[in-house]
Amino acid sequence: MSDPTDTNGTGGAAEAAEPAKSSGGGTGGRHVRVVLVDDHRMFRTGVQAEIGQTEQTGVEVVGEAADVDQAVTVITATRPEVVLLDVHLPGGGGVEVLRRCAPLMADAEQPVRFLALSVSDAAEDVIGVIRGGARGYVTKTITGTDLVNSIFRVQEGDAVFSPRLAGFVLDAFASTDAPPVDEDLDRLTQREREVLRLIARGYAYKEIAKQLFISVKTVESHVSAVLRKLQLSNRHELTRWATARRLV
Amino acid sequence: MPGTGARVTIVGMPEAAAVPLVEPRPPRKLYRSSDGRWLGGVARGLAGHLGLPVVWVRLVFAGLFMADGLGALLYAAFWFFVPLGVGGVGGQKPPALVGTETAPDGRRRLVARKPDKGQIVALLLMVVVAMVFVGNVNLGSGAKAYLLPAVLVGAGVALVWRQADNARRARWVEVGRRRRTLTLLRAGAGVLLVTAGVSGIFVLQGSAAHLGSVLQAALAVLVGITLLAGPYLVRMTQDLSEERLMRIRAQERAEVAAHVHDSVLHTLTLIQRNAENAGEVRRLARAQERDLRTWLYKPEGTGKEEADEPTTVADAVRRNAAEVEDKHGVPIEVVVVGDCPLDERVGAQMQAAREAMVNAAKYGGEGGAVQVYAEVEGRTVFVSVRDRGPGFDLDSIPADRMGVRESIIGRMERHGGTARLRAVPDGGTEVELEMERAEKTS
Repeated sequence: MSDPTDTNGTGGAAEAAEPAKSSGGGTGGRHVRVVLVDDHRMFRTGVQAEIGQTEQTGVEVVGEAADVDQAVTVITATRPEVVLLDVHLPGGGGVEVLRRCAPLMADAEQPVRFLALSVSDAAEDVIGVIRGGARGYVTKTITGTDLVNSIFRVQEGDAVFSPRLAGFVLDAFASTDAPPVDEDLDRLTQREREVLRLIARGYAYKEIAKQLFISVKTVESHVSAVLRKLQLSNRHELTRWATARRLV
Repeated sequence: MPGTGARVTIVGMPEAAAVPLVEPRPPRKLYRSSDGRWLGGVARGLAGHLGLPVVWVRLVFAGLFMADGLGALLYAAFWFFVPLGVGGVGGQKPPALVGTETAPDGRRRLVARKPDKGQIVALLLMVVVAMVFVGNVNLGSGAKAYLLPAVLVGAGVALVWRQADNARRARWVEVGRRRRTLTLLRAGAGVLLVTAGVSGIFVLQGSAAHLGSVLQAALAVLVGITLLAGPYLVRMTQDLSEERLMRIRAQERAEVAAHVHDSVLHTLTLIQRNAENAGEVRRLARAQERDLRTWLYKPEGTGKEEADEPTTVADAVRRNAAEVEDKHGVPIEVVVVGDCPLDERVGAQMQAAREAMVNAAKYGGEGGAVQVYAEVEGRTVFVSVRDRGPGFDLDSIPADRMGVRESIIGRMERHGGTARLRAVPDGGTEVELEMERAEKTS
């Protein structure tokens, strides 16, 4: 529990961690194929070392890439379930990878899901990849266990929010508290706001569930809804927010 | 010595370097003055170099001009060979101004300058002198006819040369782009003048009938030269701009290197020295990480000169967290949503929050990072500090331990806010501080 990002990991991690452990025991645990996209070889090696022991973690690194072109090629060739995507990449950045892999993400049978893994603190980077279709965002200070948990969560289709990301999202929606009545879809509900706030305060999903007297599943669905709205709200709050801060 | 001072500022040294304690005596070099010059700045530069009043030098030039136009030739030679410098002589305009002033100020100053009046006066004066010269000097009647074209050519050349000076000068002081049209106009006028003068000479040579063919031949030569030298010139300008780009890049890299050198290398050394002390290593690494982050990702890049006192909530929370983190070696994760200026009440809240962070780091630090969340929504400022330590019961704390009661709860209540301490379901303590901002926003 030494990292902020673990706190969401642990929420849903309860389920995620268990099969991972059991797979270490030799039973047929869950297995996820992962592609690692990062331009720092050292970092790739480190992540490999931490998560790539398939017998213990159930994560198999099937490919690596160091820039946008490579990433697209590798992802198309290997069709992983999850891509760990760095935000800053030569050749256009993570957003460009997401753009070019959009058909793969939309694939109904075996969608490729993206988890942004960034060292960046800049809101526009993070929000950018989320809007591009990434299912979550964790910082590079995350521990191996938590990263594995996050990978499984993303593979299942859940969103992985770090406290920082939750903060960014709240910021994005809060600064436009005033009018927009036009599109209800783009607004966060009171409940979603509450959930996000608790995430930002470092609560795990399970703790949020207890706090709000709802089930963990409900928390997850709230978070997924936030993620969807974030990806859909490209016309309204976010653009305005970004323009106000001269980010676009 | 104005000349030397001017030179230092051109290089872009800070003001302190421009005024050294012990005046060094570099070899005196002659520069043309770009400030307050009439024509090419030659007279002004010379005056500065020789330590004479400008008027004298100008008079000497004028006098020499009378001597078969020697002055004009001399002047042109000086103009051609002596490099332009900023400043020159003239006590009313200290040369350091140009170098040290910030760009917008410098620009305004440059625009406010009225060089054109002086130039016009100078040109008129020259025409007058030329007339006198023509009237006095007894040239052959044939030669006399060439005079007007020659003057035209001279004026055109002067115009273009001055133009080149201005371009160079603009590079130093970053004159705005809007002068570009004027530049082109002047260059065009210069070329026109020269062309008119040259064709005038041709015409006077009695070959007016051949003017057409002469012009054609000239055109052909020009086209040929363009074809031959054109690609070379284009390449040269490209190389030049590329070089400039590289220089800017190198400068940027140097800045990064300076920063990395100063702080990162230092930290790395400390870490190597403290390799056995895991806590210290972690503390150093985190402090360095935070420092680099603010430097890299701060929007306006104002990481260097931070104001002494934080002025906004986000700033204050981050600063407090950083200080507590450094002091207690416990990582503190900060998430801030929204921002507002500090007022007295919020300031008190910030102090309470700091106290809460210290408590969390002291008693709950071993459970993992302390999480700090601050939110400004409307008039309400909310701060939550949570740790994942063993948690504690307020009632079980002896009454003499005033830390929490006084500096957190008491402080908040005195300023009209609320503080809540509660145990988090899965262990740890959370302190919630809520405060309404003061009515009048500062």
